[in-house]
Amino acid sequence: MDELDRTLINTLQGGFPVCERPYAEVAGRVGSDEATVIERIDGLLSRGLLSRFGPMYHAGQMGGALSLAAMEIPAEDFDRVAEIVNRQPEVAHNYAREHRLSMWFVLATEAHETQADVIARIERESGYRVYDMPKIREYFVELKLQV
Amino acid sequence: MNAPEDFSLQDGNPLDEIDRGIIRATQAGLPLAPRPYHVVAEQVGVSADEVMQRMRRMLALGVIRRIGAVPNHYALGYRANGMTVWDVADDRIDELGERVGKLDFVTHCYQRPRHLPSWPYNLFAMVHGKAREEVEAKARIIATLLGEASRGNDILYSSRILKKTGLRIGA
Repeated sequence: MDELDRTLINTLQGGFPVCERPYAEVAGRVGSDEATVIERIDGLLSRGLLSRFGPMYHAGQMGGALSLAAMEIPAEDFDRVAEIVNRQPEVAHNYAREHRLSMWFVLATEAHETQADVIARIERESGYRVYDMPKIREYFVELKLQV
Repeated sequence: MNAPEDFSLQDGNPLDEIDRGIIRATQAGLPLAPRPYHVVAEQVGVSADEVMQRMRRMLALGVIRRIGAVPNHYALGYRANGMTVWDVADDRIDELGERVGKLDFVTHCYQRPRHLPSWPYNLFAMVHGKAREEVEAKARIIATLLGEASRGNDILYSSRILKKTGLRIGA
């Protein structure tokens, strides 16, 4: 990563323009040219330093529902339950965390009813309770990871 | 079970098929071409002006949170990912949640329901650091900010990613 890569990561975490030649506009801001900016973003993506580039959609605002859910799974049963949870197409992310509640996943569904169905299905197939923790409020965060 | 979020758009107009076409064409990413919105327009079958106008509307309504780069914290050296959780007095959580969200190292900040007695925490703030000591130092800053409004806290580190796919709407 050189200085231009860092500048792009630091300045492109939001506010990408909606206009005819947006990469050219960004190039003007960072003192580069359009072809170089496109090539650098492509390189950051292919090296995995960026996980995505583009619009980030708000699932709730699209008419979908998003929730965080947790389960308390003993170590000896962890892989079996992970397989059940991961098999659900509505599960977008699933993380093992070091806690009594050891499995944490994000459910993204098009409707709230579907969400209750998925939770019921996971509880039935796994035999463990799902703690549903949909957000009550989201507090605004700036995007500011500096590299 | 908590009440569902309010899904109606602020200007009263729901997303239509063209909006959903734009979402499908861009949810994996924006084309890396000099005129990316023209590429999207061709896929959706409308003009580039229409695509840009609709994307501006979705931005204004919050359907699109933002357009830009999502850094991969882990690949960039932020290997410790701590979900800090706090049991904050209900009558102060909004005021304090806003202030925690403004801290420059917090990347997500939510109020969520408690599940008593096993889960007493109602404020979640995601903190990334190059090592756990850094996450812990940042958690102490949050603890100082919350003061006696916080009755308990914990940090949950992720030990393994079991699944990670982008959010998808129906194709």
